[in-house]
Amino acid sequence: MVTVVSYTARPRRLLQALLLLIAAALGVLTYALVGLGREGELPADLMTISIGAGVLIVVLQIAVMWRAPFADPVILPIGVLLNGIGIAMISSYDSAVNKFTAIHAEYAGRQELWTGVGVVLAVALMFALRDHRMLRRYTWIFAVSGAVLLLMPLVPFLTDEKYGSKIWINIAGYSFQPAELAKICIAIFFAGYLVSRRDTLALAGPKVLGIQLPRWSDFGPILGAWAFCIAILVFETDLGTALMFFGLFVAMLYVATDRLSWLVIGAVMFLPPAIFAATLLGHVRTRFTCWLDPLSRENFSSCEQIDRGLFGLANGGLLGKGPGGGRPDMVPFGHSDFIYTTLAEELGMIGAFAVLMLYMLLVQRALRAAVGISDGFGTLLAAGLGFVLALQVFVVVGGITRVIPLTGLTLPFLAAGGSSLVCNWIILALLVRMSDAARRPAARRVDADASASPRRPQEVAS
Amino acid sequence: MNKPLRHVWMVVAVLFLLLFGSTTYFQVIAAKSLNADGRNARTVYAEYDRHRGPIVVGGEPIAESHATDDAYGYQRTYDPGSLYAPVTGYYSVEYGFSGLEKSLNDTLSGESDALFYQRLTDTVSGRDPQGASVQLTIDPAAQRAATDALQGHRGAAVAMDPETGKVLALVSAPSYDPDDLASHSTKKVHQAWTDLNEDPDRPLTNRAIAGDLYPPGSTFKLIVAAAALDSGDYTKDTKIPGPGSFTLPQTQNTLYNHPRGDNTPCGSGGSSTLSSALQQSCNTSFAKLGISLGEDAIEKKAKEFGFGDRMEIPLSVTPSSMGKDLNDAQLATSSIGQYEDRVTPLQMAMVGSAMANDGKVMSPQLVDEVRTRDQSVISSFSAQQYSQPLSAANAAQMREMMVSTVKDGTGGAAAINGVEVGGKTGTAQWGDGRTPHSWFVGFADNGGKKVAVSVVVEQGGYGADVAAPIARNVMEAVVSK
Repeated sequence: MVTVVSYTARPRRLLQALLLLIAAALGVLTYALVGLGREGELPADLMTISIGAGVLIVVLQIAVMWRAPFADPVILPIGVLLNGIGIAMISSYDSAVNKFTAIHAEYAGRQELWTGVGVVLAVALMFALRDHRMLRRYTWIFAVSGAVLLLMPLVPFLTDEKYGSKIWINIAGYSFQPAELAKICIAIFFAGYLVSRRDTLALAGPKVLGIQLPRWSDFGPILGAWAFCIAILVFETDLGTALMFFGLFVAMLYVATDRLSWLVIGAVMFLPPAIFAATLLGHVRTRFTCWLDPLSRENFSSCEQIDRGLFGLANGGLLGKGPGGGRPDMVPFGHSDFIYTTLAEELGMIGAFAVLMLYMLLVQRALRAAVGISDGFGTLLAAGLGFVLALQVFVVVGGITRVIPLTGLTLPFLAAGGSSLVCNWIILALLVRMSDAARRPAARRVDADASASPRRPQEVAS
Repeated sequence: MNKPLRHVWMVVAVLFLLLFGSTTYFQVIAAKSLNADGRNARTVYAEYDRHRGPIVVGGEPIAESHATDDAYGYQRTYDPGSLYAPVTGYYSVEYGFSGLEKSLNDTLSGESDALFYQRLTDTVSGRDPQGASVQLTIDPAAQRAATDALQGHRGAAVAMDPETGKVLALVSAPSYDPDDLASHSTKKVHQAWTDLNEDPDRPLTNRAIAGDLYPPGSTFKLIVAAAALDSGDYTKDTKIPGPGSFTLPQTQNTLYNHPRGDNTPCGSGGSSTLSSALQQSCNTSFAKLGISLGEDAIEKKAKEFGFGDRMEIPLSVTPSSMGKDLNDAQLATSSIGQYEDRVTPLQMAMVGSAMANDGKVMSPQLVDEVRTRDQSVISSFSAQQYSQPLSAANAAQMREMMVSTVKDGTGGAAAINGVEVGGKTGTAQWGDGRTPHSWFVGFADNGGKKVAVSVVVEQGGYGADVAAPIARNVMEAVVSK
């Protein structure tokens, strides 16, 4: 089966400029409305914010025009819009905390600073990385870096155990979630590893019950990845991180081999450890209890965070309380882990849906780049980054809305937190780079040439 | 690799579909029940961020809201707090609300349907909506007199206007200061709540209308006497037997004619008129009278006075009750207000009021008038007859008997100079070796200015000694003006 992808070679830079402008304006507008809604006056730093946003979108636009002229015009504006709404929501949390409680909160300013750092790093990456295929050369370096990053929270003097999970590290007073950066490293590693092994993984091995099983010798790396995720689950006691990495691995394996068996094997392998953790690890068990029945009398106090989140969602209703009209201070971590509650309370179900659709659109753009790109490595990397973004949104929002147990991940671009924001801007830069490769006319010619070379036969497709 | 990519996209779509579904569920479908959850602090904040109308007694606000700068928007204050706490209840950001603050919440907050037009004009004119003000029927002098008289006791007093049903005083002692619970300082409120709940005198219990209820003791004889007159076989001058002691049927238990084993018979030769038996509060007379009237007759009469009915005045009144399916021994003790008889002081005030209102019981009511902040009247008081347990003629006989009880019998301490006062004392046993509860139920009529009262003092001892003088003070405050 051949899919016809109709790309025009038009760069559409003007469209991107327009979208960037709209995105930045919407973010600034939301920020202003939060001030009006909470205090009845415009925020004092509105002018600074507007100028800052203006500078950032000009920088992004110039960088793309210069270094990735054929990049997808939608990717960066989505990032800017999500980031802007995030800052507005964090400022709403700040102002609510400052107004209604005795605590002082100042997260929005820091988030603005990190946005600047993230954009600068993204632009730097666009300049430094001329071709995404350069990354393939360092496949095993990324593997080691990813593994080291993931294991860092287990190092005694680095660990910063919060709320029962060891997914944070503390360096010189700064908290950092290494899983965010590890996510990128691991995605690059999987893409590099799988692109060279996919044929043996796909074709060799016995067939059982209509499912093509892999060879035993190919099982090694897969078992390794599985064991790694289980180690995260057991030692860092965070189901979300484990789920995210295992999901990433299984999805990329599936894209590389087109073998449904990998999905089945993956699901079967992940379930026993998850059940083990749910029943035997106290912290994870509480999360499971709070997932299934958080509102009952006996569970209420131990599940208060999720309950308060649900109350926030309910308070928002269909249309929301308006920016600055909600009470995000009443949900613990309403600026970070529970920013979705803040968003849904103030912008309502409509606003929450809009944001979810923005994420969907971003994922769709990543997958579209994966389809259009000429090399297998690029396809795998773009698909992996797109899928891991979707999975992360699912794990976070699903945790808050009780689709799955609550975990310790943060919502990309929205949640307050420097490490997460910067890493997501880096992912965005990678996607821009790859979408540029996918849409570049020259690349399409290469693609046409490449189609003559032997590829995986189509008849094995089910 | 296009096919697996499409599958990945399908997986992503399914994942997001789940999120759309779950978000819809919690923001729309389950929103109502989550918003109504008592543990949801948001609802509490929204509730408290309203300009609540005042509660007014005698033209003075006793509970009102002031704008504040804190999270709640408004602070409820009570002045004088403890005097009216049994009526107003409290309005606490931590522990919800009680009393009229709860019963009339919709009116005070401005959410009731009757205030729809007012809300609309407030919205259109851009004013902050404000709840309605509620003027009570309470007579400040009577409330004050009852509170002062019950100082240092555990007990309750209720005064009402027999002709209209207006509740003039509703006191439960000891009381508490609702300001302590309405405070916005979480710490202070927690402390006050703990203190009030740990207080062995249970100040948060409204003894006048709720609480554990009390055995009515001899005041129940009023109902038995009323049933006797109503049967047509008795008048106040009918002679009934009243021996010094009476072995309860089918038991070894002896009922003495008076408390503490006093077996002086009623009248010479062990019989007296009904009037005299009531005057002296003879136990054996009424035990025997109850048995001969039968359970049904007494139960019917009690029901006509209001027993078994959960009244809303608009405070919720716990129904008073007497035992069911009684054998003769149980019926005998029920007839003197023991066994399983349980009453609220408000119920007994209704009994007293019937005698002073030609046999008619008026529905007790606390709300005199509801006004919007523009002073336009939303609803005003209208007297409603609850029932008529007695004919006017029989009520006159009851009245005569009660007056003679105060004049020549056990109720002497309730007498007021120059005022017609009638009543019945009670000394209610409620457990071996414990001091009985002290009761007085009666009325006063000063040339047409009438009041009915009931007073109970927990472990007060003889009704004649303790409850009667308190009742006297309350009645005097109303009729001597």
